[in-house]
Amino acid sequence: MPIPVVYNLRSVRQRWASAVVAVLGITGTVGVFIAMMALAKGFKATLVSSGSAGNALVMRNGSTSELGGSVSLDQVRVLEDAPGVARGSSGPLVSPEVVVIAPFPLRSTGTDANVQVRGVSAKALDVRNNIKIIKGTFFHPGLAELIVGNNASNTYSGLNLGDSIKFGGGTWRIVGVFDANSSAFDSEVWCDAHVLNQIYHRPENVFQSVTVHLTSPDALQQLKDAVTADPRMTVDITSEVAYYDKQSQTLSTVIKVLGGLVAFIMGIGAIFGALNTMYSAVAERAREIATMRALGFGSGSVVFSFLIEALLISFAGGLLGCLSALPLNGLTTGSMNFQTFSYLAFAFKVTPDLLLAGIFFALAMGAIGGLFPAIRAARQPVATALRSL
Amino acid sequence: MKFRGLLLANLFRKKLRLLLTMGSFFVALFLFGFLAVIRTSFGGGADQITSANRLVVINRVSIIQPLPLSYRERILRIPGVKLVTFDNWFGGYYQDEKNQFAQFAIDVENQRKVFPELQVPEDQWSNFVRDRQGAVVGAATAKRFGWKVGDHVPIKGVIFPGVWDFNIDGIYHGRPNRDDETQFWFHWDYLEERVREAYKGQVGWYTVLISNPDDAARICKVIDTEFANSPYETHSDAEAVFFANWVKQFGNVQFLIVTIGGVVFFTLLLVTGNTMAIAVRERTGELAVLKAIGYSDRFVMLFVLGESLVIAVVGGSLGLGAAKLLTTFWNPVPSVLQIFYLRPEAMITGLVVTLAVGAASGLLPAFGAMRLRVVDALRRV
Repeated sequence: MPIPVVYNLRSVRQRWASAVVAVLGITGTVGVFIAMMALAKGFKATLVSSGSAGNALVMRNGSTSELGGSVSLDQVRVLEDAPGVARGSSGPLVSPEVVVIAPFPLRSTGTDANVQVRGVSAKALDVRNNIKIIKGTFFHPGLAELIVGNNASNTYSGLNLGDSIKFGGGTWRIVGVFDANSSAFDSEVWCDAHVLNQIYHRPENVFQSVTVHLTSPDALQQLKDAVTADPRMTVDITSEVAYYDKQSQTLSTVIKVLGGLVAFIMGIGAIFGALNTMYSAVAERAREIATMRALGFGSGSVVFSFLIEALLISFAGGLLGCLSALPLNGLTTGSMNFQTFSYLAFAFKVTPDLLLAGIFFALAMGAIGGLFPAIRAARQPVATALRSL
Repeated sequence: MKFRGLLLANLFRKKLRLLLTMGSFFVALFLFGFLAVIRTSFGGGADQITSANRLVVINRVSIIQPLPLSYRERILRIPGVKLVTFDNWFGGYYQDEKNQFAQFAIDVENQRKVFPELQVPEDQWSNFVRDRQGAVVGAATAKRFGWKVGDHVPIKGVIFPGVWDFNIDGIYHGRPNRDDETQFWFHWDYLEERVREAYKGQVGWYTVLISNPDDAARICKVIDTEFANSPYETHSDAEAVFFANWVKQFGNVQFLIVTIGGVVFFTLLLVTGNTMAIAVRERTGELAVLKAIGYSDRFVMLFVLGESLVIAVVGGSLGLGAAKLLTTFWNPVPSVLQIFYLRPEAMITGLVVTLAVGAASGLLPAFGAMRLRVVDALRRV
């Protein structure tokens, strides 16, 4: 016959101080676990959402990031005529682009961080149709004008609509702010690729990457085949989604590995705390347990009952941990992306599956921390325990 | 010490609890050590690996823009400048894209004079100087890929495309537990002869050795003024400032890791303190007996305190030791965490924290023991 759960609830209330400490230990562990994973998830989500399945990215073969690429104007012309490339009112939807980085002061610390400045073609907004101008206008081709991402405008001082700023040896006017659905583009500054090449003394008509809008996501293979067959094209074509997924690898792995390790070490500590609490509970209640055994409860029910108690404590801890991590959801932070040397703003992403994982983590700690004391409780010889004070 | 026996007997009265409490300290200090290592990786203690005698000169536009080689002579002419060396960032990987590490095309002539702390055995260095395709690699990277002197390694270039073959001629070592031992150096001339015409005669950045560290700010200004209004304007900083600004871009991540870890570190200690208090409370009767037979209040207090200090110090030092051992032999993400050391200073801080927490968690119960009225305590069952 099982021992009623009310017994456990009452006994937790009896020893509330040590129960609270055990709960706090688990709360902290679960909170940190969720926070770290939410950070990694947010970073990845920001980069992955930058890619759209309908777009392909063309870079010189062997390049791992846009910074290392070079694509000539002739190659861009070939791409424009290639099969699978979508066409709009202004011709083929192809945007040859140049990326540089420029230091701007962060609003938060006042120190410089590197911003990605992307030189794009006039058709950039047709190619990336998830990006909208929310204030001002698009830049005028040929003029030193900038449009800035929403996040960039909020993160750096001096990137407001109407401001004039100097970088790369030129003076630029900010004519618009765009919203890119909190993707990586939101942390970027855009301008005309030709103007950027001029101001940065780069060879004219050489680009670093070309973004192509496809007629459909399935057209990628068709484009790939056509381009691979062309001896003039020394380029690699990847889907934009795959490219950004790869870009997010390094930092999200670092966060996940380090965060996971920290949570794991803390988990061991929390298990020690739970073990201590449960062992002292068993020691204090030796006579109670012996009484129950004498009344006819089996040793299985005693193990079960103590396990339930440990799980109750850890569940409370897990719940509190989830609650304490929840306010982080949506909180914006930023870090340098290793692949591009540029600063990227992103938000914590606390998702239901993370919360669930947190609860499971807590229950696992409780189960380990409760099992051994429960077995000890069941093994105590009834007669001796009853006789002791 | 004649009370050693009693102290030990008390410590071992509940072996399991002793183990768990020491275990908590072990875990807490292990975590402390690990976090200290991560903090170092993300730029904490940058002053230790930089030199006040060195300046870094980069293109004002951004670090990825090059500077002309001709600036070298002009910088050398500035009074107070002793030596100038330059590097190019190569940006390649070994076999797989995951195997990233820093490769620099170096100015062979001045490298060792400007960075004397990174040492290469003389015979290896002279081989390297003679070998156009030679390379010198840091001890950590050599260990990571199992390279030995005499090996031929192909490096796949990302910025400079193609496969580049190098011979490992030497292995450099930095000061123990301090310097970055992950770099890969090769001849700047080798890079220069293979790059396209448009990229010739360009370097990534200059490192300037100055005679007097107090002149750093002045010389930075002189250098930047010298090249102002040219197509390649410069931005100079003392090496420490340059490094600090660079890692500040990771700032938020570092801050998060350290604060979150810190909070939990203290939660763990709370758990430990509670256990200690329970342990003392259980023995109220015995402590009263000690007092009844004539030991002073102070003695009883110190006795209780001593016990918690022993637990804290043993558990804590084992934890720090384990963290040190682990981080010496294992780096979870070698491509990103180049400087992965548990520094002696951090270990000392850890020990001080352990002592403080051991004392704090023992203090409350110890005071209780001191104030204990013998009659009450003995009457209590």
